[in-house]
Amino acid sequence: MISKTQIPEDKVIVARDLTKKFGNFTAVDHLSFEVGKGEIFGFLGANGAGKTTAMRMLCGLSKQTSGEAWVAGYDIARETEKIKRCIGYMSQKFALYEDLKVWENIRLYAGIYGVPEKDIAGRTDDLLKRLGFEAEKQALVKSLPLGWKQKLAFSVAIFHEPKIVFLDEPTGGVDPAVRRQFWELIYQAADRGITVFVTTHYMDEAEYCNRVSIMVDGHIEALDTPNNLKQQLEAKNMDDVFHQLARKAKRTEQ
Amino acid sequence: MNAVSANLIGKKYGKLQALSGISLEVGEGDIFGLIGPDGAGKTTLFRILATLILPDEGTASVCGFDVVKDYANIRKVVGYMPGRFSLYQDLTVLENLTFFASVFHTTVEENYDSVKDIYQQIEPFKNRRAGALSGGMKQKLALCCALIHEPSVLFLDEPTTGVDPVSRKEFWTMLQRLKQRGISILVSTPYMDEASLCDRIALIQNGKFLKTDTPQNIIKGFDSELWSVRSDHMSKLLSDLRLNEGVSSSFAFGDAHHVTLKNGKCNSHDLSVYLDGLKHTNVCIQKIEPNVEDCFMQLSGKNIL
Repeated sequence: MISKTQIPEDKVIVARDLTKKFGNFTAVDHLSFEVGKGEIFGFLGANGAGKTTAMRMLCGLSKQTSGEAWVAGYDIARETEKIKRCIGYMSQKFALYEDLKVWENIRLYAGIYGVPEKDIAGRTDDLLKRLGFEAEKQALVKSLPLGWKQKLAFSVAIFHEPKIVFLDEPTGGVDPAVRRQFWELIYQAADRGITVFVTTHYMDEAEYCNRVSIMVDGHIEALDTPNNLKQQLEAKNMDDVFHQLARKAKRTEQ
Repeated sequence: MNAVSANLIGKKYGKLQALSGISLEVGEGDIFGLIGPDGAGKTTLFRILATLILPDEGTASVCGFDVVKDYANIRKVVGYMPGRFSLYQDLTVLENLTFFASVFHTTVEENYDSVKDIYQQIEPFKNRRAGALSGGMKQKLALCCALIHEPSVLFLDEPTTGVDPVSRKEFWTMLQRLKQRGISILVSTPYMDEASLCDRIALIQNGKFLKTDTPQNIIKGFDSELWSVRSDHMSKLLSDLRLNEGVSSSFAFGDAHHVTLKNGKCNSHDLSVYLDGLKHTNVCIQKIEPNVEDCFMQLSGKNIL
């Protein structure tokens, strides 16, 4: 057991032997890793490797079978409500309300995450200005192009300045230019000290991460900077790294 | 005869122009790729060709049959795998396959050869309910169900979306084998790297084709020199490149930035001097071949600045 005082302050995620079993199937098998403050951490793996299960535990949505983990200094087994307050989450199926206006969506999420009432209006205007969306403040979300929704969804997910934001395939199906603009928003968030935990199937995006882990059959097969991984495996790019490691999978698809 | 031919197809949903002026020809035994982001109109085009909705303008035919007048004949000869998993979750793998065979007045035994390669991979789970399969397995089952009546044309709407790179490669290997059997395939994807695996592609955005050609010709059509630029500080490098007036475009592409220069205003030597002056270390500038994603961004004319 780790006690709270042993969690280094600059680590936003600390996982020790984190394990999740469904019946006799071990979905996540003794996962141990750390993610530092302001880091962009790429969480890669083949379909079925256990990424979503691991992410759900870290967000406090699913209880581990054994092992332990701390997110933003809180125990994922005992302090789930505190964790939910200081994380942001966005998936490809982002949760904006199509029939609410842009500012109403921001207002709603700000309220849910407890942003102080007096700050909301000012921060909303700052955000819309940064995104260049001032003219769309009163527009219904359903009228926006997909790429704009995606950027708005990300901005809403970090509106309460969480310690960490979990992004589950945030750029699936997006226009190539918008995909790149999206990564610029990720960089800006990381520069402000928000830790970014991201999954993606685009291997060029793996190159933009500070460090990358690759899950195979429920455990972390490799974890390092993209450059070190490429050197260790004598691979020309991350796609090559991924193929070399994921090919080791023995687990038959369940 | 072309497997699919469409002439100036247009479709509106209320005020939204989903498709306009879409023309394409899919040759027999070809793999034709529709490459573009979500919301570009790919699914609408599939639904028109699969005779599920009517076009507002233009004409189209599949295997020589008109999509409006001869819709019943088209339904017999095409296999359609929609983007959303649309098999029966409460039926088992084998029950789904048997059901789709019976809808087309055939049996699994009769056409076993046409699905054998793919079906063998999911056969160990044939008594499992489809809803309990993993993503990769569902995809294989859906492909089997689309093939069980031996169609001559396959419509595959984003079969690899959300699928990891290794499984995506496997899926494309399966498609190549179907092509060898003479099946014509129209397939859509948001992954630009899959474009090179098609015989011909159309780049689609906002309901219009930006360009239709072989992947090689699309790459040849990239009308400027492309440079790969790296240094030790990639994010500062990107903003510095954009501040240079001689730089026409600059985009992050994995471990390098892809840069085009304004003709006559700047060359690679000028750029190297400029970056050295800004104290960039380990600067590496190389001329490279563009890929389909470079072409898509150039054609879509979106400026990231």
